[in-house]
Amino acid sequence: MSAAPGGSSAGPRLAALERAPRADARERDADYQAVFVGARRAELDELLTRYPTKMAALLPALWIVQDERGWVSEPAMAEVAAMLGLTPAYVKGVVTFYTMYHQHPVGKYFVQVCTTSPCNVCGAEDVARAFLQHTGAPDLGATSPDGRFTVIEVECLGACGFATPVMINDEFLESVSADRVPSIVGALK
Amino acid sequence: MGFPHKSHPRENTVLSKHFGDSDALTLSGWRNRGGYRALEQALALEPAAIVQMVRESGLRGRGGAGFPTGTKWSFMKPGDGRPHYLCCNADESEPGTFKDREIMRWTPHALVEGCAIGAYAIGAETAYVYIRGEFTEPLQRMTEAVRDAYAEGILGKNALGSGKRIDVHIHKGAGAYICGEETALMNSLEGRRGNPRIKPPFPAVAGLFGQPTTINNVETLVAVPHIINNGAEWYKAMSFGNPKSTGTKLYSVCGNVRRPGNYEVDMGFPFKEFLYDLCGGPLPGRRFKAIIPGGSSVPIQTIAEAEATVMDYEGFVAGGTMLGSGGVICIDDAQCMVKQIARLARFYAHESCAQCTQCREGTAWTTKIMERIEAGQGTAADLDTLLEIADNMTAKTICVLSDSCAVPVVSGINKFRDEFEAHITQRRCPFRPASTAAAVAA
Repeated sequence: MSAAPGGSSAGPRLAALERAPRADARERDADYQAVFVGARRAELDELLTRYPTKMAALLPALWIVQDERGWVSEPAMAEVAAMLGLTPAYVKGVVTFYTMYHQHPVGKYFVQVCTTSPCNVCGAEDVARAFLQHTGAPDLGATSPDGRFTVIEVECLGACGFATPVMINDEFLESVSADRVPSIVGALK
Repeated sequence: MGFPHKSHPRENTVLSKHFGDSDALTLSGWRNRGGYRALEQALALEPAAIVQMVRESGLRGRGGAGFPTGTKWSFMKPGDGRPHYLCCNADESEPGTFKDREIMRWTPHALVEGCAIGAYAIGAETAYVYIRGEFTEPLQRMTEAVRDAYAEGILGKNALGSGKRIDVHIHKGAGAYICGEETALMNSLEGRRGNPRIKPPFPAVAGLFGQPTTINNVETLVAVPHIINNGAEWYKAMSFGNPKSTGTKLYSVCGNVRRPGNYEVDMGFPFKEFLYDLCGGPLPGRRFKAIIPGGSSVPIQTIAEAEATVMDYEGFVAGGTMLGSGGVICIDDAQCMVKQIARLARFYAHESCAQCTQCREGTAWTTKIMERIEAGQGTAADLDTLLEIADNMTAKTICVLSDSCAVPVVSGINKFRDEFEAHITQRRCPFRPASTAAAVAA
């Protein structure tokens, strides 16, 4: 979801995202390989039976794209639009609303550290700092030079009793303290 | 069983009885624990009889608003010739709340059964469970439970051999707190941006796909099979005597507390005993300073207010706050209230859908001013400005996200004004070492 305009505190974090590799990694239309073929097409066809409209399969379809490609490129948005009878602009409007769809490539390991208040009072900011320090990611939202790690602060992960929860791709880690971070990162390298 | 702690003898574990018991995850394990008997019974009843039973039980919505569930269900008119839908709100994102996560993680079949009974009661053939995208483990457990329930004929076109069709589908969200607001949830399910809708029309008239729809929280729906099995009177009796608040409630306890986790107690439990005995009280050498008892959107209580509070819908209101989602956030005397309220404001600014000006601008301004005060750059006029902005953010927007941002600011300034003033007069955060404060200010 887009942060409020006007330079709120989210400003520096968005600036960091801008520095992520974008243009050179963007898929060019001519080279684009369709996602929805074979098993992926069958998966989408099954999804479509669950809803009375095609549009309702949009979020699930975008999840399939991200699962397959690691992010949702503009050509992929156009493919999804064609599959569901929507316009690419409409699909982009939806993609940009939801924080979990990556609009540019991210590191092999996408690290999300919850720093909302319940975790914040338990030292979550130290955990986020430790991940930056040990992964080599230069800033929140930016990817480490070796392309392996992107670290972000995330809003409430809904596991506040297990402060600090950290998501690394689809792995959900509980009760992470700053001193556990080196071994967690070490195991990924 | 308790999870992650053993159940306390003063708990009444109805919904959380099988937390931590991995045998309860499987369909056969769940059936051995009495699972799906309530659905079988329910399918032999008229839908109206189920609605009446739930109404008599006094069950109220556990997602935050506390609306009587049976009454909500009664708005769905049977035989109107239109498709009806049930949506289960499993987008649990309210800071401090993690009960639905544990329900789905340990007892996924309880929710499948609750959804099936709820769908039947409101004349729906289809229920969608909208689970937030970050809940990878609950998503997996729920997907497996639904798959197994179909394989055994519990769900599908002939649910439990009743001749009635009940479909349950899992729908994965994609990262948006606002999709826990019921009309935003429906928009998101339809494949739209998660912008809340103006009410009326209410969901029971024109909801999901424009059809009559009921949206219920996870905890509400998992209570229903117990009501069917044991009766409305049994459910009503689980209370400390207030007939308006009945049944058990799951509270998620987090923050600066010895034993964070989920606790289930009867409505009306004394909050003081809950905080100090069940949850173990504050960390060694610390004192509780503030409690946010119902998720981050309810007014902050001082510890003195919390200690005098009774834990039910009316009790929390009498204590100057709300039961909300039951997410109890404990804040001790080592924490800076200004910093934490600033952090909450930033949360709401991040999560605003930006439809309404008061919310889009108000959450951002509030965040800027709060962070300025925390950095030691606030002025005396800032407190009045914050309160004025909060006033403009309250009861003026399509949904209550804007109000929710104003709530901690107003209650924080009213109850912890000395901390705000100390930041302004000392030109630094008194909770940080002087060198750190200077670095932040620079």
